[in-house]
Amino acid sequence: MLQYFLKRLLSLGLSLVAASIVIFLALEVVPGDPAAYMLGINAQEDTLNALREQLGLNGTILQRYLSWAGGLLVGDFGTSYTYRIPVAELIGERLWVSLPLALYALTLSTMIAFPAGIWAASRRGSYVDTGVMGVTQLGVAIPNFWFAMLMVLVFAINLRWFSAGGFPGWDEGVLAGLKALTLPAVALALPQASILTRVMRSSLLDTLGEDFIRSARAKGLSRGQAMWRHALRNALIPVLTIMGLQFSFLLAGAIIIENVFYLPGLGRLVFQAISSRDLIVVESVVMLLVFAVILVNFSVDLAYALVDPRLRSRR
Amino acid sequence: MSLLVVDNLSLSIHGTPILKDVSMKVDPGRILGVIGESGSGKSMTAFSVLHLLPNGADLSGSISLAGQDILSCSEQQLCGIRGRDVGMVFQEPMTALNPLQTIGAQVAETILIHERVPKSEALARAAEALRRAELPEEKFPLSRYPHELSGGQRQRVVIAMAIALRPKLLIADEPTTALDVTTQAQILALLKRLVAEDGMGLMLISHDLAVVADLADDLVIMRSGEIVESGAAQHLFRNMRHPYSRALLEASGHVPERATPARTMPLLRVQNVVREYESHVHGWWRRTNRFRAVDDVSFEIRKGESLGLVGESGCGKSTLTRAILGLEELQGGEIQLDGKPVASDHKANRDVCRRMQVVFQDPYGSFNPRWRVDRLITEPFHLLDDPPRGSVREAAIVDALESVGMTADDSDKYIHEFSGGQRQRIAIARALIIRPELIILDEAVSALDVSVRAQVLDLLADLGDRFGLTYLFISHDLSVVRSITERVLVMKSGRIVEEGPTDRVFDRPQHDYTRQLVAATPVLPADVA
Repeated sequence: MLQYFLKRLLSLGLSLVAASIVIFLALEVVPGDPAAYMLGINAQEDTLNALREQLGLNGTILQRYLSWAGGLLVGDFGTSYTYRIPVAELIGERLWVSLPLALYALTLSTMIAFPAGIWAASRRGSYVDTGVMGVTQLGVAIPNFWFAMLMVLVFAINLRWFSAGGFPGWDEGVLAGLKALTLPAVALALPQASILTRVMRSSLLDTLGEDFIRSARAKGLSRGQAMWRHALRNALIPVLTIMGLQFSFLLAGAIIIENVFYLPGLGRLVFQAISSRDLIVVESVVMLLVFAVILVNFSVDLAYALVDPRLRSRR
Repeated sequence: MSLLVVDNLSLSIHGTPILKDVSMKVDPGRILGVIGESGSGKSMTAFSVLHLLPNGADLSGSISLAGQDILSCSEQQLCGIRGRDVGMVFQEPMTALNPLQTIGAQVAETILIHERVPKSEALARAAEALRRAELPEEKFPLSRYPHELSGGQRQRVVIAMAIALRPKLLIADEPTTALDVTTQAQILALLKRLVAEDGMGLMLISHDLAVVADLADDLVIMRSGEIVESGAAQHLFRNMRHPYSRALLEASGHVPERATPARTMPLLRVQNVVREYESHVHGWWRRTNRFRAVDDVSFEIRKGESLGLVGESGCGKSTLTRAILGLEELQGGEIQLDGKPVASDHKANRDVCRRMQVVFQDPYGSFNPRWRVDRLITEPFHLLDDPPRGSVREAAIVDALESVGMTADDSDKYIHEFSGGQRQRIAIARALIIRPELIILDEAVSALDVSVRAQVLDLLADLGDRFGLTYLFISHDLSVVRSITERVLVMKSGRIVEEGPTDRVFDRPQHDYTRQLVAATPVLPADVA
């Protein structure tokens, strides 16, 4: 188990280094000089040079990479070109919106998907199953920004239960914050829950067809007991994989939803930073997202090992 | 009074008749052998007794277990009967256990489901059940997971689960089909002992007459959902009346005739072959363990000869096969076909490859389901520099199909349209199409029913004579090897431990291991038929 853990940890570290190099190089080759963008087209050459010096844009690629990556290690992400405040501060603020939003959406999607998937699988071929499959088909097909706008129309404009957008900040209280995140979280969770339901159902059905379920039934377990005691945990492995992927997507992929609801999250930050060539912010946010994705996959790997003894004993 | 009485049982699933008027009984302390080929309804009869049937099943007739009418029981009552009064052992030990639970928990579950006892007591009784199934706790702690056990050991766990509550009836559905012969002999002996100890009734289901012959007191022979013949085993074996039973008996001891005597020229020469695998043991310092799958193996196959290679799973048969096909890097020795090495420069030698072909065990898994038969059987053409096209290709396809007893019309069908036996014929056609000299049959008839197996063996013998083929026949099934080969090699732990003419090796085995194998192989009573 310890070796499994250390091996995963090593691969986590290597992935991070590889990702940082790729991100750095990708943004290096993107056309557009941030200094020129900030000073406008009429700037003097020496002013530009001075600004470049100040922003740390001079020097060889290796020097710049090392100073950037070195900074990341100690939590120094550099200073934003446009906002002129430390990127870490900027990201920290936004993370407090994006991370809770992703967790909220993931919780919702899991809370819907597990019961729905289990329900559909245990009544395979019935109206319940057909119904669940139909609804999830729709859920996968509907674009979430359209669904988001529909919800704004119904719950914010007509019913006035929620505000149409914006975020009051956590200073206003946890409930107020959660309330502001509810509609975006539902919009994000809908397609994810639909996919997860279908994965849960098919994984559970596959497991229910396994020989050891027949063994369990021959021991005298009822259909339900066999499912809860033997099938469910075995069916979780593909479900965990999808959940890991989904969380990464929720964290990184909320750009559209954050724009629809006007939330000050990471997605919007990246969006704005790209349009203003604030490369240091883009690099840092992308790096952070990569880190999150890798960390989530790492946790999923550990979760596999908890679920499956065969992985624990593998050398 | 009989323990289990099945009377005029008929079963249909979604309107398709599966069983017709099946009647049988099992007495306490006696063993009923149920014999039949695939699709005969033998397993469905067993599942009907437990009432574990797929949706859409419609049962009629009666099943009574110790006087209780099973068919009128509610699902809840049935759950009380399963596991407590009737235990069941299945064919596939590798998948019959939950991979995520310890063996102790799984055996204890049988007890916990039926009795209100503390978990510690259930575990203690589980340890006792495992001990009776010959898995003592000292060597196999309850905390083991199924993946840490071999197939035979897993089957013992399944048996322990089934007998934990000392049921009145045990149903064993092909309990040893997936196991090696020596393991099979041990499991059969275990079942026999448990029946004697507990006075349990045993319904032993098998496709293998010889397995049942040793053990059963009574016999039932089934075909297409009906019982064709039944009676006391000793009597029935000697007085089979139904043509099907006789055919089954004939087929299981079938010896195909071969005319061409082997010539003396060697075709394949395997010399001091060594194949090692490295397994890395991860620690802070890497150590490398070497495992010799094939250890200094030498033999020859002469032109036109049928050579058998027998051994249990893990003995290195498959690695050796792959090495002969040029698919394994050797760490020592050399393999030559007609004087030319099968592999050079780290890859298989095409000129040599086209002169040998292989037929594998699984007639279901070894074909691409999305290709038509013509494309499937012309696959070996890629070994030719100038593969035939157009009408020459058509003629080759028709020729190959007809030589294995299929027709030209079969060439544009898909593989799912064929039965297991037909698929194996197609696999042979695929091997034949480039006119190889050596055909390697890797457990090629092991998955087939006895009557189909007899036909395929006849076909192989016939083709061997017509095309002057040389066979390397690899199998764990000694009786098949005995019927078709002239010379045999016995392999154990990567080494050839015995070699000689087939009759001599099986009648007067020299090596201990060969003796064990021969002794473990179930045989039909000598005076039968």
